[in-house]
Amino acid sequence: MMLAFPLPRYLTPFLQAPALLALLWLLLALAGPWVAPYLPGEVVSTTVFAPISARHWLGTDYLGRDVLTRLLYGTSSTVLLCAASTVMACGAGAFLGMMAALKRGMTDTLLSRFMDGVISIPSLLSGLVAVATFGSSVPVLVLAMACIYLPGSYRTCRMLALSIVQKDFILAARMRGEKTSYLVVREILPNMAGPVLTDVGLRFIYAVRLLSNLSFLGVGLQPPQTDLGSLTRENLLGLVYGAPAVIAPALAIAFLTVGLNLALDGKGRHQ
Amino acid sequence: MSGHSPPPLITVRNLCLTGRRATGPETTIVSNVSFDVAEGEMLALIGESGSGKTSIALALTGYARTGCRIAQGELRVAGHDVRTMGASELRSFRGKTIAYIAQNAGAAFNPALPLMEQVIEPALTHHILPRKEAVDHAIALFEMMALPTPHTIGARYPHECSGGQLQRIMAAMALITEPEVVIFDEPTTALDVTTQIEVLEAFRVAMRQCGFTGVYVTHDLAIVAQMADRAVVLKNGSVQEEGPTGQILNKPTQSYTRQLVAASQPHLRNHDALPPATPLLDVQNLMVGYGAIMPNGHPRHTIVNSVSLPVRAGETLGIIGESGCGKSTLIRAIAGIQPWSGGNMFFAGEPLPPRIEDRTPQQRQHLQLVAQNADLVLNPALSVGATLRRVLTFYNEDASDAALNRVLDMVRLPAAVAGRYPTQLSGGQKQRVNLARALAARPRLVLCDEITAALDTVVAAAILDLMMELKRELGVSWLFVTHDLHALRSVCDHVAVLYAGHCVEFSTASALNAPPRHPYTRKLESSVPEMHPGWLDGVIRQNGLKPGRVAPIPAHGCCYMPRCPVAVADCAQTPPPTWQAPSGALINCHLQAPDLS
Ligand SMILES: Nc1ncnc2c1ncn2[C@@H]1O[C@H](COP(=O)(O)OP(=O)(O)OP(=O)(O)O)[C@@H](O)[C@H]1O
Ligand code: SF4
Ligand SMILES: [Mg+2]
Repeated sequence: MMLAFPLPRYLTPFLQAPALLALLWLLLALAGPWVAPYLPGEVVSTTVFAPISARHWLGTDYLGRDVLTRLLYGTSSTVLLCAASTVMACGAGAFLGMMAALKRGMTDTLLSRFMDGVISIPSLLSGLVAVATFGSSVPVLVLAMACIYLPGSYRTCRMLALSIVQKDFILAARMRGEKTSYLVVREILPNMAGPVLTDVGLRFIYAVRLLSNLSFLGVGLQPPQTDLGSLTRENLLGLVYGAPAVIAPALAIAFLTVGLNLALDGKGRHQ
Repeated sequence: MSGHSPPPLITVRNLCLTGRRATGPETTIVSNVSFDVAEGEMLALIGESGSGKTSIALALTGYARTGCRIAQGELRVAGHDVRTMGASELRSFRGKTIAYIAQNAGAAFNPALPLMEQVIEPALTHHILPRKEAVDHAIALFEMMALPTPHTIGARYPHECSGGQLQRIMAAMALITEPEVVIFDEPTTALDVTTQIEVLEAFRVAMRQCGFTGVYVTHDLAIVAQMADRAVVLKNGSVQEEGPTGQILNKPTQSYTRQLVAASQPHLRNHDALPPATPLLDVQNLMVGYGAIMPNGHPRHTIVNSVSLPVRAGETLGIIGESGCGKSTLIRAIAGIQPWSGGNMFFAGEPLPPRIEDRTPQQRQHLQLVAQNADLVLNPALSVGATLRRVLTFYNEDASDAALNRVLDMVRLPAAVAGRYPTQLSGGQKQRVNLARALAARPRLVLCDEITAALDTVVAAAILDLMMELKRELGVSWLFVTHDLHALRSVCDHVAVLYAGHCVEFSTASALNAPPRHPYTRKLESSVPEMHPGWLDGVIRQNGLKPGRVAPIPAHGCCYMPRCPVAVADCAQTPPPTWQAPSGALINCHLQAPDLS
């Protein structure tokens, strides 16, 4: 109820292309496994790297499994994993960023220095280190990606919140004696919702790229689970035949990242 | 005009400008505006904010703001047809033929480059002068603008100059290409009155020596009287009246012009007798500063120095002083959002803690702050109704629609405004909502920091009237901070004059007009532009121009010593005593009544 009132006005620009696109991918991720024609691990053909046919819309892979099925499962895990880690990263980032902006002083300095330290490590490197230390599993991957993208989100939110906190309407509310929770929910969040949502979109794209990279290097999701990166990797041999098995997942990654990026860009230009 | 006069240098015929916001429909900003400016003449464009005066001025340079376009009409400037010029022609036209001096020079300069580089840039890019001659020319212009140390000021960076200096340097930059037309867009609005005089005089000297044709955009009629030969009065994008300055100011024919003239005439709004002398807020020897705390317990930079102010219940106390003298700092200290290092405050007899967090809910409720900039003060994500309702519920007041409408009615806003968002309100409306938010708390004292500074005359007059009505109806006391002496005189019971953080004079508003007065009060008084054309000449003749660089304030003497025309030997060594004049005014000066009359 608290959020229901002010948000819609600031969501309207976002409720256009980027949000629709994100929704579409999310739907695909959730429904994919249900509509897939075969089981993901099932060997359904004797030909490997088969071309497009009526039975196998995207051909078969290096073991003779149905590529469409595996692509649907792979898309599902990529999108859901990345979405989960993005939500965690941005949720924590926004919370800490706003706290730092509101409290200033020591809290702000310590948090900011720490985040600067984390952000200076290349994301692929920290991903590899996390996997090497804790092994590769879904929780480790999600948490590692959340930690990797938290500082960036923190920085964006802190900057946005700082510029809002210095406005006189926050001063007026503070002089009234309003609680911090009221300041955050009613006065600060609604004024940064637009840029923060754009930032969430960007972090999601980074996460997709990182997960795909890790999986392509063979340290991401482990078989029998698949994602877009590992699909590309395992079918790499098919490249010489021009098999859809390797082209399809690579294109899916491109559509996911570039499409969302363009949509966000277009929205930015509109504003 | 007779048929023998030369053709006008600027001709505007049936100009129409249209604009659109985001994806909204196209609306008319300016419709059917026509006027001429003869060579060597200065034309004033007068109007309130939103009347389209800046849009017209920009159109003369062939420029339209994003979303706006020149829909129809003819624009001829110095033989050029502005509307048919291509991009490169326009560029050289803007460099060589027409120049634009904007309101806020501070924002127009690149902070990372020395000023000289920026001043001579137009001459270099348009290949008008070689570098060395451009520099010499710039120095000559600095001299003409009466800037201090004209030979070396060009080496400074923008942040090393004051607002008034930057405004004159900006004018030098505009004049370096010797343009035929110069457009002044409210060039002194951001300056205080004492600085304004120097800048206006510099502009007039330049005009006399360079002989350009000018267009002066402003809402201040007193400035029009000093600067312009003819004036065009605009309202909502159409011309109301046009004529020689004298006729517009003295014998306006249109009702709107008469309204404008009336609004800028000083008149007394406060007719109430002085309330009894029980102070509601008592500020005693307040010291406020910024920076690290020194061993003596005071911060490194003292901004407000030992100021004492009693505010009586039911009165308006005015605080006046030039920009940077510490007015806002004082108000913020009283409001509890700026720590103070010395002195005491009492509110309704109770001590008032320095920090807002330590004050009682009653004290917080009864002491409300209305801040200077209405744009920053309202949450853009909340509707007016939501903002006001929150205040009502917070103080456990009735928050029904009827109560909300009552609050809006207090500031004379229609009930429909409750559903609007701040971006959908005009400046004056925002300021009223800002006031309404303070009043919704049922305060006993409202601190107003320059609430009319950003508003044009007519709207500001309405806000001042409103303040006085509320004072009578609700018995609210006001602490009114301003640098506008007219506004101060018309609404205040008592007045404190602040200079460099010292209260140099404290008197009743009526005693402010009568001698003896503090030398600074007298200087302030004589700096307020008046509507008759000879005023500026008179002031310049009387005061001369201020020396460019003033000495620092003596550590133990009078704070006004470096600028005081009547200083005596004592002033540099001993702090001046405060004595009471027969009129009741408390004056802080070594000289006595006979010398200050
Ligand atoms: N946070 C700060 N740190 C250091 N100095 C400051 C700070 N805020 C203001 N000052 C200085 O304190 C002095 C007084 O500032 P203040 O805002 O009170 O002036 P003012 O009288 O309100 O001026 P104006 O009419 O321009 O609003 C100025 O010299 C300013 O530079
Ligand atoms: S004390 Fe001296 S310097 Fe100060 S205002 Fe009086 S005469 Fe001028
Ligand atoms: Mg101020």
